[in-house]
Amino acid sequence: MSTLPPQEMEKVRAILKREPNETELGIFNVMWSEHCSYKSSRLHLKKLPTKNARVLVGPGENAGIIDIGDNVAVAFKIESHNHPSFIEPFQGAATGVGGILRDIFTMGARPIAVMDAIRFGPLDDPEHGERNKRIVTGVVEGIAHYGNCFGVPTVGGETQFEACYNGNPLVNVFALGIFKHDEIFFGKATGIGNPVIYVGAKTGRDGIQGASMASEEFSEESKSKRPNVQVGDPFMEKLLLEACLEAMHTGAIVGIQDMGAAGLTCSTCEMGSRAGTGLDVDLKFVPQRETGMTPYEIMLSESQERMLLVAEKGREEEVFRVFRKWGLDAVTVGTVTDTGKLIVRNHGAIVVDIPNAELADEAPLYDRPHGVRPYRTAPMEAPKFQSKDLKADLLTLLASGDLCSKRWIWQQYDYTVRTNTLAGPGGDAAIVRVKDTNTSIAMSLDGNGRYCMLDPREGTKLLVAECCRNLSTVGAEPVAATNNLNFGNPERPEIMAQLVESIEGLGEACTHFGTPITGGNVSLYNETLGEAIWPTPVIGIVGLMKTAAPVTIPFKNEGRTVILLGGYGSVDDVRFGGTQYAKAVLKTVWGLPPALDMDYEKRVHTAIREVVQQGHAESSHDVGAGGLAVALAECCSLGIGAAVEVKTSMRPEFALFHEGPSRVLVSTATPEAVEQIAAQNKIECVRLGVTLKEQLRIDGLLECSVKQLQQVWEKSFEEMLQPAHV
Amino acid sequence: MRFGVVVFPGSNCDHDAWYAVSQNLGHQAEFIWHDSASLSNVDAVILPGGFSYGDYLRCGAIAKFSPVMKAVRKFADEGGPVLGICNGFQILVESGFLPGALLRNRDLRFVCRDVTLRIETTNSPFTCAAAKGQLMRVPVAHGEGCYFADERTLDQLEAEDRVIVRYLDNPNGSLRNIAGICSERRNVMGMMPHPERASDVLLGSTEGRVILESMIASMAGHLGARQ
Repeated sequence: MSTLPPQEMEKVRAILKREPNETELGIFNVMWSEHCSYKSSRLHLKKLPTKNARVLVGPGENAGIIDIGDNVAVAFKIESHNHPSFIEPFQGAATGVGGILRDIFTMGARPIAVMDAIRFGPLDDPEHGERNKRIVTGVVEGIAHYGNCFGVPTVGGETQFEACYNGNPLVNVFALGIFKHDEIFFGKATGIGNPVIYVGAKTGRDGIQGASMASEEFSEESKSKRPNVQVGDPFMEKLLLEACLEAMHTGAIVGIQDMGAAGLTCSTCEMGSRAGTGLDVDLKFVPQRETGMTPYEIMLSESQERMLLVAEKGREEEVFRVFRKWGLDAVTVGTVTDTGKLIVRNHGAIVVDIPNAELADEAPLYDRPHGVRPYRTAPMEAPKFQSKDLKADLLTLLASGDLCSKRWIWQQYDYTVRTNTLAGPGGDAAIVRVKDTNTSIAMSLDGNGRYCMLDPREGTKLLVAECCRNLSTVGAEPVAATNNLNFGNPERPEIMAQLVESIEGLGEACTHFGTPITGGNVSLYNETLGEAIWPTPVIGIVGLMKTAAPVTIPFKNEGRTVILLGGYGSVDDVRFGGTQYAKAVLKTVWGLPPALDMDYEKRVHTAIREVVQQGHAESSHDVGAGGLAVALAECCSLGIGAAVEVKTSMRPEFALFHEGPSRVLVSTATPEAVEQIAAQNKIECVRLGVTLKEQLRIDGLLECSVKQLQQVWEKSFEEMLQPAHV
Repeated sequence: MRFGVVVFPGSNCDHDAWYAVSQNLGHQAEFIWHDSASLSNVDAVILPGGFSYGDYLRCGAIAKFSPVMKAVRKFADEGGPVLGICNGFQILVESGFLPGALLRNRDLRFVCRDVTLRIETTNSPFTCAAAKGQLMRVPVAHGEGCYFADERTLDQLEAEDRVIVRYLDNPNGSLRNIAGICSERRNVMGMMPHPERASDVLLGSTEGRVILESMIASMAGHLGARQ
């Protein structure tokens, strides 16, 4: 049933000094899967910065934790649920949300925000379009179902489309929770003789070996793996959240860990290994919802909404009382021992006997070959092109899958529950306030597979820059990051080279912008029938700001000065090839991503933060995908337009649509103050024009009614979702 | 004034209601666990939004069997004000406090957005501090908020001035744009939109406050009359 590569099998025999039995083999197989052990990426992840003054807990725990002052701490992380979401979109995405929420509250934090970065094949793909529509619809409903019922606001995210995700959509979910410093819990089984308690949902046969499935490429057989996808119950999770937080307050809990990937196996051996202890559990006590389950099935089940905790001996009843109140199972399944071993019994008879530390920490570590050029599927040279109609180009971009309004998606998410959402979906960054403090948390998720395919290192740096820029645009200071690395098969050197380049770029940028990585997720083997996805790191960065009414994207008033902070930027033929213009208008991709000057970029961040914090910006918007013209059009969503002049020597397509970084659009009643701040920070600052009613006019290049821009932008997504032939 | 906020397993707007009453409006609010047999000495009851019992079977269908609902019934029979918001409205309908049913939204999708409501009558403890025709911008967040009742019931509701708030931009297909109604005796109201989410200056709108403020004003009037 389970297989390990020969060299890993040897290692197992050496650890056990005998042949493993079937259950033990299953346990090694899942714990040493790519998903659980990071065996291909661990070596390189060490290069990432993980510390600054705010980081309380870095990588290795269920989530990273930072200090935000006032004795408040924030736990946050991002995780993928890519493979399950392809096989069964609704449940795959729903349990993706459930899994990351448990990672947050297992540490003691109450989740207060969720964001999603989701990627699919194009909705108009001639071969896969209809399937892609079903996947999009299912994933969105799954996220909505789980988050809405659980009662956590889904405050933002991003949605993109590329053909490389046709057979391998990406569903990355970010969650963030808050707690007091003295409320932090760890997944440690300390205290010899303490009871090991199982709480939450009963164990069934769902999701057996899900973690291993997530560590394989997709093949035709994958369709038969539907039973490997777990089924989520957000109501159960809500009860589990309340019960766990209440039980933690009793003071009787010494350690707690959720049963996520690899279920009971992972939680038992990790809790033991972190504490240097052993665990002795008997499966006959494990609540089961099916009869006749084998030890193998119970240990490897990935049934959702379960937790394992260790309580102080003699105080079990305090814990049980809380779980009874919430109507949940809570039973002692074993004890903490001093043997350092994971002993699993079935009605007394030992079925598993493995040293914890070797199982959890001595997983194989591979230095996969990567001494080749990263795989890329685009030429370097630019094709010849000439726009026939710049206005039509702009409308094409606004209607495109990546750039059109995603209101259809985020309107299905409850983004106002918990009454903390100052800025919800649709902005550059989402903002939630922290009640009883003067602090708010801003957050942004960014990814761009196209940039990273063209140059994984530079592409990843651009993501970090954009993410920090998004936070700065709303006035927040970026403080810490999490990452989800979605790549293909690391056993192929040209894919491994992408991963290494990307991680190194991530490290450089996170160091530069002062946003250490506090945790994250690596999702490899994102390939279907031998076709890898583009390298797609997704970055989530958290920023802090004083609680205040948010500055948002749209122009608010007529007669305001429109300023391009950071200037026109630079571009050439080669660096135009990764833009949305190349993709959506020219239907091709080439060259390199835009050039990034990280020092300049950082000065722009400082400047825009000052502009926003000092109240000079009535609106503020990052110039990103689609370039200046698209950013201007997006600023018109409340019906106020602008008349601007673009005075540069660039050809019109470049001036309007290039995606050079380090630029922010601001509308202001106090342009001199903005210019002064720009000068102090040694960045360019261009007065583009003024806001006015009903029209967007870019002198000599294009002119369009705001109404038309809005209609195209708002309606496109729902139109694309319509079935092709009815 | 003391508000009691009932907490069912799966309630998730309980804290929001508590926060609006206690922090935004400065009155007392306490949680009442669903298996309580009494409401202690609260002056008003809020059934908050959420997914009580996972909304399994039908929204609100299981919550009506919670022990606390007997106490809520007694409280309402004695004339105490009861406000059901979102899932709370669904529970009031399932429990027979209010007529009609809440069906899945017209387009079969969950909808979260701001809507504009018009206050149709000030003859209720929930709108007595408002002006007739007053507009309020408040969020909705529900999958099953399409108000349905037979023609006769709808006519009766209108004739008895029991349609309290109506959508100007109906988000869910509710018949006659009904967003909230009250009981025959006028002291029990259910509404799908969330006034408690529009009670804080920082969240962009305080237009929902008038519902809670009306309850407070009406209770103050009652207490005054009693003294």
